[in-house]
Amino acid sequence: MRILKFLPVLLLAACQGTNNQTDTEKQVEVFTWWTSGSEATALETVLDAYRVAYPEVDLINASVAGGGGSAARPILQTRLLGGNPPDSWQTHHGAELMEYYVNPDYVASLKDLYEAEGWYELFSPALIDMVSRDGEPYLVILNLHRSNTLWYNKPLLAEHGIVIEDSLSFEELLGIAESLQRVNIPAMCMGDTGIWATGIMFENTLVGTIGPERYLGLWNGTVSFTDSDVMAAIENYGRLLDYQNTDHAALSWDQAAEKLGEGDCAFYSMGDWVYGELIQNGLEENVDFGWVAHPGSEGTFLLVTDGFTLAKDAPNPTEALDLLRTMGDRVVQEDFNLIKGSICARTDCDRSRFGPYLQWSMDRYAEDVAVPTVIHGSAAPPAFQQALNDALTNFVVQRDAQAFAQTLAREAHAAGFGP
Amino acid sequence: MVNPHWLVRNKGLLILLPSLLLTAIFVYGFIGTSFLYSLTNWRTLAVDLSLRDPLWRTYTDMLAMPRFQADLRNTLVFTILFIGLAVGTGLGLAILLDRQLAGKGFFRSAFLFPYALSFIVTGVVWRWIFNPETGINLFFDILGINQVLESAGMNPLSPGWTTDPEVVLSVNQVLAHAWPGGATFQIEWGIPVALIPIAIAATWQLSGFVMAMYLGGLGGISKQVRDAARIDGAGEFRMYRSVIIPMLTPITISTAIILLHVSLKIFDLVFAMSGVGPGFATDVPAIFVFEMMFKAARYNLGAAASIVMLVASCLVIVPYLVHKFRSRET
Repeated sequence: MRILKFLPVLLLAACQGTNNQTDTEKQVEVFTWWTSGSEATALETVLDAYRVAYPEVDLINASVAGGGGSAARPILQTRLLGGNPPDSWQTHHGAELMEYYVNPDYVASLKDLYEAEGWYELFSPALIDMVSRDGEPYLVILNLHRSNTLWYNKPLLAEHGIVIEDSLSFEELLGIAESLQRVNIPAMCMGDTGIWATGIMFENTLVGTIGPERYLGLWNGTVSFTDSDVMAAIENYGRLLDYQNTDHAALSWDQAAEKLGEGDCAFYSMGDWVYGELIQNGLEENVDFGWVAHPGSEGTFLLVTDGFTLAKDAPNPTEALDLLRTMGDRVVQEDFNLIKGSICARTDCDRSRFGPYLQWSMDRYAEDVAVPTVIHGSAAPPAFQQALNDALTNFVVQRDAQAFAQTLAREAHAAGFGP
Repeated sequence: MVNPHWLVRNKGLLILLPSLLLTAIFVYGFIGTSFLYSLTNWRTLAVDLSLRDPLWRTYTDMLAMPRFQADLRNTLVFTILFIGLAVGTGLGLAILLDRQLAGKGFFRSAFLFPYALSFIVTGVVWRWIFNPETGINLFFDILGINQVLESAGMNPLSPGWTTDPEVVLSVNQVLAHAWPGGATFQIEWGIPVALIPIAIAATWQLSGFVMAMYLGGLGGISKQVRDAARIDGAGEFRMYRSVIIPMLTPITISTAIILLHVSLKIFDLVFAMSGVGPGFATDVPAIFVFEMMFKAARYNLGAAASIVMLVASCLVIVPYLVHKFRSRET
């Protein structure tokens, strides 16, 4: 039945094809914000796989630079409102997908594709649930990033007689930070020209302090930002800010990763896109750098995903579906994630192809409670995400925990999920 | 059939009609639409044109936001710094060139050149210059200033420039005393240090333009006026202060108005140079509009902020235009 709904679109597209184009060349346009280093290379592996499988199609890569989609989304938004969507575009799962694209009816259901490809068995049910509304999936997930990892410079810590075991408590981290401060080494690496970078440290500390159940409660209205444990989390985050490198406001997140690699600072609480960055800078895992779960967040997996949609009125729906099918392919996902520094969304990827960190991440994903990131738009609507970024911008300078918590509580209420 | 006499009598109106129509639609029509959006509940990507209750809710919410308060403060501070610096520098350059120094033609072009650049280019270049790690701070080391300071037991000079969150000369205490509402401000009313480098960059770009304006004005002051002043015993400095600069007042007013609307609308320079800055120290209303509209999809809030920007510009431009029209009629 569903294919019948598609028919008029297909016919229309076919007619337009013959009218608008002088030759019968087929094309498909994909829109992402992956333009830098490992990201662009990783994306190319996917696009190349598609080009090999469908050599007759002209693949248009309409990428716009900017971390987390900060610059790409405005352009995409304008195109969607103007009725000129790309065939497929990148987005994060959860609230961003639902609020931006599913609710206003910009994307088409991918249920047929999931069923035809047997993806209901090959992706975890929890993951499919995160990209679905009323049983209809709207996103093909390419990769899973872990946001709550604490990276550290191994030689630097060894030099000061510090050895990190399998986990690190918040008090231990503060103790190390204190001792490093005495020798003028900032413990925490930070580069927050894009405020979301410090936001990652905030959400990691938040989930590490209040635990995954209470964290999820913040987004379903059972927990308030003014509750005492959330206030304690804000205080903890503020204490970490005291140990940052002083030039954090002038650096971007990847420059901070470089600082970590060079031993100018000791720890970096950041998602594992840092891993790709460190590897690309020629560092060796477990030798030059190590990692643990962000203090307190053992057993929790703060999940950041990247996935691709199908536009509801896609100009080239057949080609777009082929592209999404390519993205769900096992080998394509393996090749992509090896470069991107993340793990497959599929559950049947070949584990032996991945290095120690990514294997660790796979184990953690299999065992931990997966919770959505708010900084990358999965946990709360975009309006709240912006409000959180603004509140963080103020908090980093003013350190007014009370005002910070009250602003978040008010904005959560205004966004329709807070108590 | 239209009476040909009617056409002839109204040919002025007919000629104007297309541009009147376009202006009505693309300027006033869209201003009206923006205003309408600012009164609605449209705060996601799904268009929602139902009106808010109470109608002005978006405006009151916005004025209560610390970020928007900081934006208003930054606009005020930046405007004063920038116009002061640009008019001062431009006037100085014009007077120097007017004194027939060698290489006048070369320097006139050199000073005017930055005006030809786009603000984005200026912003990127000055961002590098004021980078605390790799920018002009290195000169403090190279020139030995820091070594001198350190040997004197003082801290080395390494300003954070656009990354400095400090707000100096805060007047919150005064405001709280002067006016009962003054204590409710959530931001510090003072001079954000991070705005100073931005004012410098804007001055670098526009002082050449100010110079050109003044050179035009100086060219209009006849030699007799200067000679008369000299005969009356005025020295060079006195001549400029009491005769020439007062005669340039109309130029100063026009220039200040033009610079004012640049500063009220500024976006690209700040966006490229520092973004919103630490603690919104360099955020401006135009960046607020952009982020609310296109990042947060809060269309009503973005529209409300752009209406506030429009009103601010009107407060300056309208009296100026009225004044112009009056002086032309007499």
